[in-house]
Amino acid sequence: MTRFIDLTLNGISTGTVYAAVALALVLIWRSTRIVNFAQGGMLMFTTFIASAVINSGASYWVGFVVALLSGLVLGALVERLLIRRVAGAPPLNAVIVTLGLLILLEAVAGMIWGNTPRSFPPAFSIRGYDVGGTRVLFAPNDTFIVLVVIGVAALLGALFRGTALGLRMRASAFAPEVARLLGVRVGRMLTVGWALAALVGSLAGVLVAPSVFVGPNQFDPILVFGFTAAVLGGLDSPYGAAVGGVILGLALSYVSGYEGASLVTLAALVILLAVLMVRPGGLFSTTRERRV
Amino acid sequence: MSAIAARARVGRARIGELTLARGLLLALVAAAALFVASELLSSFADLELAEGLYFFCVLAGLTVLTGLSGQISLGHGALMAVGAYGAALLIGEQHWALVPALAAATAITAVVGLLLGAAATRLRGPYLAGATLAFAVGLPALADKYSSTFGGENGLVVNPPNPPSGLGSSLPLERWEAWIAGAGAVIVLFTLHNLVRSGYGRAMRAVRDDEIAASLCGLRVARVQTLAFVVSAACAGLAGGLLTVVLQLASPGAFQLSLSLSLLTAIVLGGLGSLVGAAWGAAVLVLLPSWTRDIANSFSLSTKVSSNMPLAIYGLVLVVAMLAWPSGIQGGVRAGGARLRALVRSRRGG
Amino acid sequence: MSATGEQAQTGVLEVDGLCTDYGPVRAVADVTLSVEPGRVTAVLGANGAGKTTLLRTISCLVPAREGRVRLGERELLGSAVEDVVRRGVAHVPEGRGVIGELTTEENLRLGGLWRGAPAEDLDEVYELLPALRERRRQPASSLSGGERQMLSIGRALVARPSVLLLDEPSLGLAPLISARIMELVRRLANERQLAVLLVEQNARSALAIADRGVVLNLGRVVADADASELADDEDMRQAYLGF
Ligand SMILES: Nc1ncnc2c1ncn2[C@@H]1O[C@H](COP(=O)(O)OP(=O)(O)OP(=O)(O)O)[C@@H](O)[C@H]1O
Ligand SMILES: [Mg+2]
Repeated sequence: MTRFIDLTLNGISTGTVYAAVALALVLIWRSTRIVNFAQGGMLMFTTFIASAVINSGASYWVGFVVALLSGLVLGALVERLLIRRVAGAPPLNAVIVTLGLLILLEAVAGMIWGNTPRSFPPAFSIRGYDVGGTRVLFAPNDTFIVLVVIGVAALLGALFRGTALGLRMRASAFAPEVARLLGVRVGRMLTVGWALAALVGSLAGVLVAPSVFVGPNQFDPILVFGFTAAVLGGLDSPYGAAVGGVILGLALSYVSGYEGASLVTLAALVILLAVLMVRPGGLFSTTRERRV
Repeated sequence: MSAIAARARVGRARIGELTLARGLLLALVAAAALFVASELLSSFADLELAEGLYFFCVLAGLTVLTGLSGQISLGHGALMAVGAYGAALLIGEQHWALVPALAAATAITAVVGLLLGAAATRLRGPYLAGATLAFAVGLPALADKYSSTFGGENGLVVNPPNPPSGLGSSLPLERWEAWIAGAGAVIVLFTLHNLVRSGYGRAMRAVRDDEIAASLCGLRVARVQTLAFVVSAACAGLAGGLLTVVLQLASPGAFQLSLSLSLLTAIVLGGLGSLVGAAWGAAVLVLLPSWTRDIANSFSLSTKVSSNMPLAIYGLVLVVAMLAWPSGIQGGVRAGGARLRALVRSRRGG
Repeated sequence: MSATGEQAQTGVLEVDGLCTDYGPVRAVADVTLSVEPGRVTAVLGANGAGKTTLLRTISCLVPAREGRVRLGERELLGSAVEDVVRRGVAHVPEGRGVIGELTTEENLRLGGLWRGAPAEDLDEVYELLPALRERRRQPASSLSGGERQMLSIGRALVARPSVLLLDEPSLGLAPLISARIMELVRRLANERQLAVLLVEQNARSALAIADRGVVLNLGRVVADADASELADDEDMRQAYLGF
């Protein structure tokens, strides 16, 4: 029983990180209809920057803020310099550009910081809480992870639902041409959207870095599971991303705990296929599932 | 009415024969060119040629799937793994002969493709991408789980294929491997060339362009899409089997997610939907890494930089190429050819 | 953010020698017309005559090949689509352009965001179109066709335009609703001194409320006359208007 509780708690913590990555992917999918494979590389890069800042003697929190800010800037740059230029091309071209960017960022990170993974400090203690004499697999740092992701998601929700900027962004995402006719600067909204998405991604990066270490390829699984979570939940739904992330985190935690870590990816495949066979547009799909 | 129908049937049959004849001619020309090339090349280059040829097999299948029937797959690396491990088990453990082993590996992968394709017909765009990505990442876990059968991290080693004694003892192994891979590639070329021009090819394009219209015209959308998956999986399986034969090894390291992603990038880079584009893609996959490694080594750079240089160039090439030639290398070549023809014509006219 | 320093223009909308091509196809060919404030000009013509393209060219959604479009003193062509509304032109597109994922109220607010419209401006629309007030919190996708058309017109009004471009507002509406929309258009022109360019398939009801009628065929103007004159012209009715 304690094992089950441990695995559940652990699953919630990792699932929250998947949810954050999924959210970053969903934000971009909704606004530009692009699956941003470069997200894994972008959050890797910003985490490296944070790591460099912290290693140079600054406090964790300085590194944390630097990671988020550099995510914001990187997202905006990527949209302005690359994505905008493939907007009219066939959809696969944008996918290839994000894949190319992923590879490029990983290579450049390797050139600057080397390919050996390095450790990254957690924000808070990673010693599990003491509950009635037993130590559970959930530490103050996990509390931090869960709370900060929930907090950022809530802020984003408030931004989208409650502000004029959010209204403009949603209009640009759902109906760009109509939005332009109504005077919305759609291009600018896309840039803001990419910047915010990259910020959420970079948050996921610094949160997960203590457990996966920082290296050019260390975050690839996070991207894969984040994408899986987003597809699971439905790429058009931010709630789907959150729920998909937590479900995946829990499921993978149980599989890895009871059956062995090597089966985790296989389990992700089985879960995803099982869900998609019943709901081809993900758990929270609102659109018709098939046109024919 | 029956006369018209009969004439139409005759006409269609004649077009069919024509396509078949042209396909056969194409295959023969390709085979001859490959033979001559393999004779001229060094053994190392023959090995690269063999690699390029099995990449052509999988890329040609993938470009039919993605370019023609409009279904994305991020899982073809895993399908190659199925073919590679299948061939390795049949050749290494069951001591099958080369041809039946490759045929069986192809068939096994086609069956896996049937399952995947049947699931895929319900999925669209990024959902299909996600499912196939999960497939690419998830399947290798099986090799780990059943490591006693699949050799775990080390994979399965097979003996090099023996050239028939009739060809003389001086035939280099690499050349023989290039011939084997070449035979596979020519079969794939012939099959797909005909498929693309057949009713099925037209059906795939119709389904890609407008599913609703296609289904209203009586096409069975799901069946057409599944067929595309089966064909393309068979090509991937053959490619995997050839890889085992050429490298004499099927190991998990060769079939990571990066392989699946490279395959997708190669067909788009080469020119989506065209078999020539698949050939360009294969050339890029084989030659770019060694070129970039040479470039990186020609500067005196720190290992940190030089070891990452090939990847950096690859990433940069992908980004820049997509911005510069949205329809890939083949699209660029076509546009260049058209411009050249226009130039010649205007010269002649003026 | 919405303050741009641009002043919305008022005055006569003048389209002069306008041509628009889709590749080799000329969809709008040498169209000249003008609409004064407070007046409604109906643009009629068969499917594919180029009516939608004319409106889209005026809104800079498609580039013009030749010609000019002036509102008062200012040239409209060549500006960014986002700026057209800032110059006083509101375009209600074909199919209404209601954003179904947003609520009714959000759709309305969107119309006034560019000028930082205060909330009271929405009340004005609700008074004009009370049906919308009841549905303000509902997603626009749940509205009926007539309600959507009112919403898209209301949303255009929040922008306080001087020119209103309407693309087939009565499409798919019951005759009664369609007649009410037409009445609304007439009232708006009268009360707000709007210059209205009204594209319609339903020539009879459009001409009933319009001041002028312009008939397009294959992108060209084949008739430009007073609405009543056009409605009475037997040949015109037979050849192009179908009633
Ligand atoms: N995006 C486009 N690309 C190419 N041709 C187009 C495009 N849009 C319209 N056309 C062509 O331009 C011509 C005019 O089209 P337009 O939509 O302006 O007609 P319309 O009068 O609005 O017709 P309807 O009453 O059916 O809405 C048609 O021949 C149409 O096929
Ligand atoms: Mg129209």
